[in-house]
Amino acid sequence: MAESDNIVVETAEKIFADLADPQTINNDKKNSWQAPLWQALSEAGLPLAWVPDDLGGSGASLADGFALLNAAGRFAVAVPLAETMLAGWLLAQAKIASPEGEMTVLPASPKDRITVNADGALSGRARGVPFAKAAKHFAVLAHGKDGVSIALVDAAKVRTESGLNVGYDHSDTVTLDKVQPVTIKAAPKGADQTTLMLMGGVARSLQIAGALESMLDISVRYSNERVAFEKKISKFQAVQHNLARLAGESAAALAAATSAADAIANAKSFDDEVYLEAASAKIRCAEAAEKGGAIAHQVHGAIGFTIEHILHRYSLRALAWRDDFGSESHWAVELGKLVASRGADELWPLVASR
Amino acid sequence: MTAALRFDPIRLPEKCEQLRKEVRAFLAEEIAAGTFDPHKPNREDTDAPEFSRRVGAKGWLGMTWPKKYGGQERSFLERYVVTEEMRVANAPTRRFFVADRQSGPVLIKYAPEHIKMDILPRICRGEICFAIGMSEPNSGSDLFAAKTRATKTDGGYLINGTKIWTSSAHIADYMIAIFRTSPPTKENRRHGLTQFLVKMKQPGIKVNPIGQITGQYEFNEVVFTDFFVPEDHVLGEVDGAWKQATSELAYERSGPERFLETYYVLTELVRAVGSNPDTRSAEGIGRLVAQLHTMRRMSVSVAGMLQAGKEPVVEASIVKDIGTVWEQQLPHRVRDLAAFVEETATNRETLERQLDFAIKTAPKLTIQGGTTEVLRGIIARGLGLR
Repeated sequence: MAESDNIVVETAEKIFADLADPQTINNDKKNSWQAPLWQALSEAGLPLAWVPDDLGGSGASLADGFALLNAAGRFAVAVPLAETMLAGWLLAQAKIASPEGEMTVLPASPKDRITVNADGALSGRARGVPFAKAAKHFAVLAHGKDGVSIALVDAAKVRTESGLNVGYDHSDTVTLDKVQPVTIKAAPKGADQTTLMLMGGVARSLQIAGALESMLDISVRYSNERVAFEKKISKFQAVQHNLARLAGESAAALAAATSAADAIANAKSFDDEVYLEAASAKIRCAEAAEKGGAIAHQVHGAIGFTIEHILHRYSLRALAWRDDFGSESHWAVELGKLVASRGADELWPLVASR
Repeated sequence: MTAALRFDPIRLPEKCEQLRKEVRAFLAEEIAAGTFDPHKPNREDTDAPEFSRRVGAKGWLGMTWPKKYGGQERSFLERYVVTEEMRVANAPTRRFFVADRQSGPVLIKYAPEHIKMDILPRICRGEICFAIGMSEPNSGSDLFAAKTRATKTDGGYLINGTKIWTSSAHIADYMIAIFRTSPPTKENRRHGLTQFLVKMKQPGIKVNPIGQITGQYEFNEVVFTDFFVPEDHVLGEVDGAWKQATSELAYERSGPERFLETYYVLTELVRAVGSNPDTRSAEGIGRLVAQLHTMRRMSVSVAGMLQAGKEPVVEASIVKDIGTVWEQQLPHRVRDLAAFVEETATNRETLERQLDFAIKTAPKLTIQGGTTEVLRGIIARGLGLR
């Protein structure tokens, strides 16, 4: 099946296949793959896909960028591609030009809050910020007495405490102590913390869906190779049924994520219907990561539990991505509140809104 | 090459939304007139023939069929909207639904022209009810184990044997059934079955209702004794029904009726918790809505594939598998969440009555229309595992 007739995705897939092959990366203990991969992605203009030309980016559509993130998920890409894309997108909302190099966004959790002080300096703490340690700049969404602002911050001016998520990628705590931003501008109407979390959540949903697609592929392939009790394990009905469930979880995750991406790409604003799509995608993809990942490991047996095997590159990262930009329980509570506030008879009209 | 299945984010076109408004208005009128109670899923809706005729008069039966057969030549997506609005409203659709979804399309594909001209317009007018005769005692999901014989005789066939679990056979005017016209071959155990159109309510057929654990009587045992079926009632290829039966499955397995059968308890839970729910209720509702939304998007996507002339058998099986497991668990999740609903909730009694019925309904959902095990086998085949 052709993955895409989309030039952005085709370019990315070629780079991933050449420079981000999961087996090669997994064997490389010195992480010497990171720099050439990032360089190739940057030369192709992919990290700044969502930044318009006049702000230093390559001006791809939202839809193309989302498709790119799904492809990145299929390779479990472990450089701050999604993060830099989100940062560039956030900055572009306030017409702030993006600098070169790795970026990330903060806050990355709906509970964290960055404040704009009276003198324009920023204070606050953001936990679980993906790839903060690798970032040269941060795109920051902050709250002040005049409302919401978007700022570009030099990474050298903040304190970053290293942390790792369950997928062994950097997930750091960033503290801003009266940091003067490089640039700060008022956010346009509609660009608020919820919007940022929904965008980030959909980005993560697409990555999780991509990881599940790959987990399904490698699990099906393994089941056709591994012989036990004198049969390929793919011939055992119990294994077939497990793989059918994995296919279902993968399909559900992909459907939820691509539907949400499509909704955002074509929406005029983040209304209730877009909220339903984006929140649902994060909830459903997180559930699929848990259920689907468990099946992929079950099919692989002990070999999939080893650090030498590539399965963990997908399974653990998909589990880790559940936590960024609001976990499934966060969004479930918020979506439940939205549904309740609209009332019982408005539930179906919301679900059937498009 | 990837094993992953893609469900493109099809959106319903504008004319579907206009149609949706019309359907909602119609259903609101019917509810106001007392035709049915949307809060009572456990109605005995075996006698809603007038409702069927009014739906037919609206042009909402056989919507996708050619106009010469009484159809509207509208899209699968438009039909989809009508189906989901009827289902969510708990409208009494049993009398016409099988004919609209399955039997009509089978006739269009395989019946001789004079039979099409006779029967299809009557389906479109909501006048007749169909049943599907697949399962037999000791066959069930193993369709190819069917034994009921159709023996060639002058001008037709004589049928002897028993069908079972046949929904609506007690009210059906016709049944589309598979019978054994010759034994299976060594090379192909699926060989030897033929699809027939059977006119019910005639001598030689005895319909025995079977009670269900919900307290309802929906399905039946149907006994054929030297029952005559004329030659021109053979549908398609003699001995080749297995090919026909399997290609129709996408219609049966992906529709909104495959995840909305117990939906009413979710609406009632939202009503019971009120506008300011506690965290636990909010989270539970949010998860259920996210899951429902995802399945609906997948199901709409399959309707789009059908509209595009594809045969998305594997995709439809995934929707049915996930959908029926979800609607089966739904009453239990709602029951769990409802434990903390205030005693004073105005709809508490309705919710409890609905839960009682939905919990009794739940066990059948992963059985009807293809068991979960059979579906997972089809999905596994699609993955290249068998």
